[in-house]
Amino acid sequence: MVTLTINGRKITAEEGTSVRAAAADNNIHILGLCDEEAVAPYGACRLCLVEITTARGRKRLVTSCLYPVEEGLEVVTENEKIRQHRRVLIELLLGRCPDSEKIQKIARGLGVNKPRFPLHEGNNKCILCALCTRVCREVVGVSAISLTNRGVERMMSTPFGEDYSEACIGCGSCAYVCPTDAIHMIDRGGKRLIQWPHSEMTHKLVKCKVCGMYWATEKEIAHMIKISGEKPEHFETCPACRD
Amino acid sequence: MAKLKSVEELEALRKKIVSQRDPKKTCITICSGTGCHAHGSEKVAAAFREEIARRDLASEVDFRVTGCHGFCEQGPLVVIKPDNVFYPGVKTRDVPAIIVNARDKNIIQRLLFTDQKTGEKITYEHDVPFYKKQKRLVFGNNGLIDPAVIEDYIAVGGYAALARALFGMKPDAVIEEVTRAGLRGRGGGGFPTGVKWSTTRNAPGEPKYLICNADEGDPGAYMDRSLVEGNPHSVLEGMIIGAYAMGSHEGFVYVRNEYPLAVKNMQTAIEAAEKRGLLGKNILGSGFDFSVRINRGGGAFICGESTALMASLEGQVGEPRAKYVHTAVEGLWGKPTNLNNVETWANVPLIINNGADWYSQIGTRNSKGTKIFSLVGKIKNTGLVEVPMGITLREIIYEIGGGIPGGKKFKAVQTGGPSGGVIPESHLDLTVDFDELTKVGSMMGSGGMIVMDEDTCMVDMAKYFVSFLEGESCGKCLPCREGLQRMREILDRITEGEGRNSDIRFLEELSATLMETSLCALGSTAPNPVLSTIRYFRKEYEAHIRDKKCPAGVCKKLKRAAAVK
Repeated sequence: MVTLTINGRKITAEEGTSVRAAAADNNIHILGLCDEEAVAPYGACRLCLVEITTARGRKRLVTSCLYPVEEGLEVVTENEKIRQHRRVLIELLLGRCPDSEKIQKIARGLGVNKPRFPLHEGNNKCILCALCTRVCREVVGVSAISLTNRGVERMMSTPFGEDYSEACIGCGSCAYVCPTDAIHMIDRGGKRLIQWPHSEMTHKLVKCKVCGMYWATEKEIAHMIKISGEKPEHFETCPACRD
Repeated sequence: MAKLKSVEELEALRKKIVSQRDPKKTCITICSGTGCHAHGSEKVAAAFREEIARRDLASEVDFRVTGCHGFCEQGPLVVIKPDNVFYPGVKTRDVPAIIVNARDKNIIQRLLFTDQKTGEKITYEHDVPFYKKQKRLVFGNNGLIDPAVIEDYIAVGGYAALARALFGMKPDAVIEEVTRAGLRGRGGGGFPTGVKWSTTRNAPGEPKYLICNADEGDPGAYMDRSLVEGNPHSVLEGMIIGAYAMGSHEGFVYVRNEYPLAVKNMQTAIEAAEKRGLLGKNILGSGFDFSVRINRGGGAFICGESTALMASLEGQVGEPRAKYVHTAVEGLWGKPTNLNNVETWANVPLIINNGADWYSQIGTRNSKGTKIFSLVGKIKNTGLVEVPMGITLREIIYEIGGGIPGGKKFKAVQTGGPSGGVIPESHLDLTVDFDELTKVGSMMGSGGMIVMDEDTCMVDMAKYFVSFLEGESCGKCLPCREGLQRMREILDRITEGEGRNSDIRFLEELSATLMETSLCALGSTAPNPVLSTIRYFRKEYEAHIRDKKCPAGVCKKLKRAAAVK
């Protein structure tokens, strides 16, 4: 266990915990868009900045999602410097995704209304936090989508940008975890449509043998059979109808 | 060829090689470095070989193609050993005369270098003004070595440092020596090498990896290229010594793919060293194993950043990660990894051979040793120069560099590549060292030194570097990816006559956020060219914005300012 101070309050945390997670465990919320418990921290959005002073006296700004707790660390989560940087960061993000309601809301909260530069088009609310691709890889384990291209051309993509990804099982985890609603999952007429920012894919849904509701895609079921070791019959019913 | 199994065998081999070479025999050497290649040295070298063979003079005249000599402006460079008669700009038609006169120990006056200032002809290499103030400790052997011939390297004392370290020093003592010498990283970070080695050695975990960073991405920098191409064994020797000191048995040389000759020459060196038992299993019979593999880059500037380089080595996309946990503790595949620049590695044998006391006498209080700079741009003597830390910028630019060509006026010198800043005339007497350069808003960087004159537009120059970084940004973190594009947009407007009064302030605001919130040093140092040009050339920005004028006459969309000549 490690003892550190956050905003003047002494807290303890297990070694290996990030400052942001340790703060959250103590009901101190630090803003952030790309850090989720289920996946490893990434450091893309930079909004979770805090000012730290190490036990040796070294002071600097770090991203709390990635900085591990240290004995004697002093953390400040809000000050004028952090606020100013957050304002510029959210302004840049608003310039990239002007249509995102989530970003607009955060920006308003920071006092930023209109970016001082031309607005981007066509990014479809995707803030490149990579949560979708990280969940697909680290949690689902299929790596059906990825980030491609360098710099401002960077985008979330299926292989070759096609409206098809062989590894995609249509689980919708990407849509679930996306912080800005840039990915949609629409179930209609026995089909599931997953809409990513720049491509889409349709999956066939399967009916529950008992209640007749569409509950999973064919590929999801095949995947679940593979990883669970259960017999295929186990998945002929939806979880609600299973004993 | 039997592998060398002891220091005695190595020294016996060295003696044998040296005894087979007559130190008085004439040897014609020609430089095959980058600049000389561009000047056509390959054809001249071929002509020498043919002509010597045709005249059957091999018994009287040796011929050797060497690595870069540094005076790239004046290539193809030919130096006649042992006296070091210096012939610049040699053409194929000069070849027969050079051969015959070299054999007869005559000097061809018309081919000698002419000192532009005094008009006198200079005979010997060390008297050429370009070389006079240099201290070519690391680079000097380039002129004596054919990079494809390990015997050349052994003949000039190669691998003696390795023998001394392996058999005469404990690993900790090697680290102590490098630390006391005060060697700091030559790749740009300037981090104390001994400290990094110590951290790696003490980090828990096996195996430990060693990396040589030969990605050299800064525009205008080609020092590492010339070291890897011209004296690959010096780099290898440094790595093996480091491996022994840190307890590593596997090393990588990560070379940018755009350097095929560097890849080729390093591969040749690795194979030759392995054949001799100087690399691989049971080095020199010491029981210590260390092997080196070459990895090539895929064309990304960001892969010069240590964590992005390691990601690339692992087969992943070259993107950096946060360095709150040092790579010396958790690097390649999560294991302790020591990464150093080419030039840093090449300094190690020097330190082990001559000692920390000798090394720390060179340079300044906090910057020991020499630094190789690529002196390019608006300068008479373009080339690679190696100078002791503490020399002034004025000495480098005017005495070594020969000043500005075309009678133009010096304006600024950019050091440190896209991460560095400009230094104006008022600071020309600054002593070159890590800390002094940082104080004035620039940095040492990898050693690029771009000289600019009155015809350079500083706003355009800032735009160039920002555009370069915009294209090379990996795109992972928000401030660098979006911020660089927006900064470039602002600079575009300024250079096209659409600048606004709030633009300088805006650039400074974006710069502050990039500097403090970027994930890696690409983003955090990207504002340097912008901030330093604003600091020293604010009037130029204001002329672009308020008067819609480009004083240097570069920005095409603006009227040329009336120049008072």
